[in-house]
Amino acid sequence: MQNISDFLSNSVSFGLCISLVCYWIATFIYRKTKFFLFAPLLVACALIIVFLVVFKIPYESYLKGAQFLYYLMTPCTVALAIPLYRQFSKLKDNALAIILGIVAGILANALFIFAFCSIFKINHTEYVSILPKSITTPIGIALSNQNGGIESVTILLITIAGNMANIFGVIFCKIFRIKEPVAQGVACGTSGHAMGTAKALEMGEVQGAMSGLSIAVCGLLTVVILPFFVNLI
Amino acid sequence: MRLIRQFTILVVVCFIGEILHALIPLPIPASIYGLVLMFIALQSGFMPLEVVEEISIGILGIMPILFVPSTVGLILAWPILKVHWLEFTIIGVGSTIAVFFAAGHVTQLVIRIVRKIMGQEPEQQG
Repeated sequence: MQNISDFLSNSVSFGLCISLVCYWIATFIYRKTKFFLFAPLLVACALIIVFLVVFKIPYESYLKGAQFLYYLMTPCTVALAIPLYRQFSKLKDNALAIILGIVAGILANALFIFAFCSIFKINHTEYVSILPKSITTPIGIALSNQNGGIESVTILLITIAGNMANIFGVIFCKIFRIKEPVAQGVACGTSGHAMGTAKALEMGEVQGAMSGLSIAVCGLLTVVILPFFVNLI
Repeated sequence: MRLIRQFTILVVVCFIGEILHALIPLPIPASIYGLVLMFIALQSGFMPLEVVEEISIGILGIMPILFVPSTVGLILAWPILKVHWLEFTIIGVGSTIAVFFAAGHVTQLVIRIVRKIMGQEPEQQG
């Protein structure tokens, strides 16, 4: 057992290997069950964590192999410019409404989190980890790191937000009486990034395009607005 | 070779982003400078989309896998999660509803106000 643990801890390929294999297994489980709590990312990570704990492999050793995936997050953020470029022309018609809507969403997010973190007496580190929770993951992680947050906590909350928007998007639109297609798309994209957009695409073409546009615009505006909230707790 | 060339451009933009992050004293992550630079280059026509299109679509397609290493970091955040899991869940669920409501309604309101000012009535209901 000790030998296996040592070998895996020093292996160059182990981290990358287990990451990819577990993600593949998790995708398979999700396809078979279609159960919303089995989001592939979370199941894959649960499998990896169990493996690391059982074989007593430190996180740092795992990361050594998985660093390649970790690095790709930066080019991935830059690549978000491509969908933004493609959808930018769609901003023109309703620019004012879309931008004000997204800003309102960002402020609602920050104020809600500030209020509840105050009530729950949550520390600065956890507070700044939660703050960027409604934006696309690579930008959220970058902001969390920037402010000294814990990136895994940020991802967990981003995943909760995405799942909420994906599962309840249609119901929310009904309950809240959001009827304009453009507004439905902006709501999905601003609250649930890519996962909200997946649902918006099912609602209609306009909703899907607006939601996709909102991902990048919301991420960028959050970068501008969030610093005003960071030091409140 | 084509993909390598595309990847090189993407990484060079990332690197320029890092340089800007070091030079400009603003709380903006390096990757965001990269995103904005890339967008400006595309929008201005300085860089044609084909030059980076395939690799970008490829990377965006595998995006969730890239978050695996960070999410496994929950292993380190376990002591915090054990204490705060309920609070985190309440905040995650509640704030998402708040964002959905605010973003949707403000967008809808502004669309309707603009429509009224412009005098373009939507097709009458009923």
